[in-house]
Amino acid sequence: MNRFLRRLSALTLPACICVSTQADVAQVAVAANFAEPIKAVAAELQNTTGHTLAVTLGGTGKLYAQIRNGAPFDVLLAADSDTPARLERDGLAQPGSRFTYATGRLVLWSPDAQRVDAQGVVLQQGRFKRLAYANPKTAPYGAAATEVMDKLGLSAVLAPKLVQGESIGQAYSFATTGNADIGFVALSQVLEGGRLKSGSMWLIPQGLYSPIRQDAVLLRHGAGNAAALALMQLLKSPNIKDLIRSYGYEF
Amino acid sequence: MLPASDLQAILLTLEVAALTTAILLGVGTPLAWWLTRSRSLLRQPVNALVALPIVLPPSVLGFYLLVLMGPNGTLGQWTQAIGLGLMPFSFRGLVLASCLYSLPFMVQPLQTAMQAVGERPLEAAMSLRASPLDSFFSVVVPLCRPGFITGTVMCFAHTVGEFGVVLMVGGNIPGVTRLVSVQIYDHVEALEYADAHRLAAVMLGFSFAVLLALYAYNARRRAGDVR
Repeated sequence: MNRFLRRLSALTLPACICVSTQADVAQVAVAANFAEPIKAVAAELQNTTGHTLAVTLGGTGKLYAQIRNGAPFDVLLAADSDTPARLERDGLAQPGSRFTYATGRLVLWSPDAQRVDAQGVVLQQGRFKRLAYANPKTAPYGAAATEVMDKLGLSAVLAPKLVQGESIGQAYSFATTGNADIGFVALSQVLEGGRLKSGSMWLIPQGLYSPIRQDAVLLRHGAGNAAALALMQLLKSPNIKDLIRSYGYEF
Repeated sequence: MLPASDLQAILLTLEVAALTTAILLGVGTPLAWWLTRSRSLLRQPVNALVALPIVLPPSVLGFYLLVLMGPNGTLGQWTQAIGLGLMPFSFRGLVLASCLYSLPFMVQPLQTAMQAVGERPLEAAMSLRASPLDSFFSVVVPLCRPGFITGTVMCFAHTVGEFGVVLMVGGNIPGVTRLVSVQIYDHVEALEYADAHRLAAVMLGFSFAVLLALYAYNARRRAGDVR
């Protein structure tokens, strides 16, 4: 065992050293809806600064619970503005580091090109068996979906058809495998290069749910991490905003 | 006292576990017998298949089930054709998934017990002109009683403890697919630690009691054998 450990450290130690001399790695907790854009953001960060990101995806509520319990994340890219604010109140985030890096849009989407009309009438007609959404307790996009159903007065009618993903990522996977006919997902999940990848969607009017203001926050753990600071900087720069916009986010 | 949503999850979990155990008793018994007696070339591959759920991460099983049972999957197309509809997010689907997931916990104890029976009791039964079916039920089953008890208990308890597969194909629907393990996960994620504690304690108590009962039974039986 000892020999094994020695060998292991002989192998990994040089790697650690060279990483720390060249560039830092930031552990970033990222809300599931931002899964695609974060790849492009990480690539941009590495190109411009040499820093790299280790990304953990999940529902915002789950990531919050993990941070509360000591998860070693340097930055949180949440899907709401409440969670970063709460972390600041909890003393787990750097005060004053919060800012909105994107505003998300909710869509009703189906992998079937004929299923969802541009006005969302399909929701009233109810010609579908299963409707996927994210857990409203822990996922801001799920809470937004609940708001939409409430505003339309459809909550009671739709309740028996709802299937719940633990994050917007799972809601999307339920819909994309066809196990749910339609689903409330993030616009960023169904766009590619600014266009609908496949299927059909209803871009839900902003008036039906409160804006999904997605805030980033520097966590206590990342206070001295150069990569974390560089990421926060990058997310504020104009060209990265264009990139983020191409995934269907607004500012 | 537990809130209604927790009681509902507990009842549902017991239902899934009981149904799964009943089905696996029916399917697992002939399968274990075949695996014990057969000289077929397929025997070892089938053995390996049966044991797969022990080593596979539940995410693998859950992912394949989601794809296979979906509208584009082979299984999904078949269940739709025979009018059962789609399996994911349904009680039936959950029972089906549990049957796959808990199969080795039923089959392996049975197999061990059946191997221990050996040839002699069967030869004796045959010489008394018992039919194969008769000798199976009058000789093998009674001799394999400990195997049946272990298999049933482990299968039931293991299904109660199922989490990953339920999370992946369940869709978290109250009263349909929201089992205790998922309910606890939900509480934890929402930082409802008091609720999580209550339900987790129930699970811990249950699992410990089941295992304790099983070990006590086995120890008493062994002591009985010696005498």
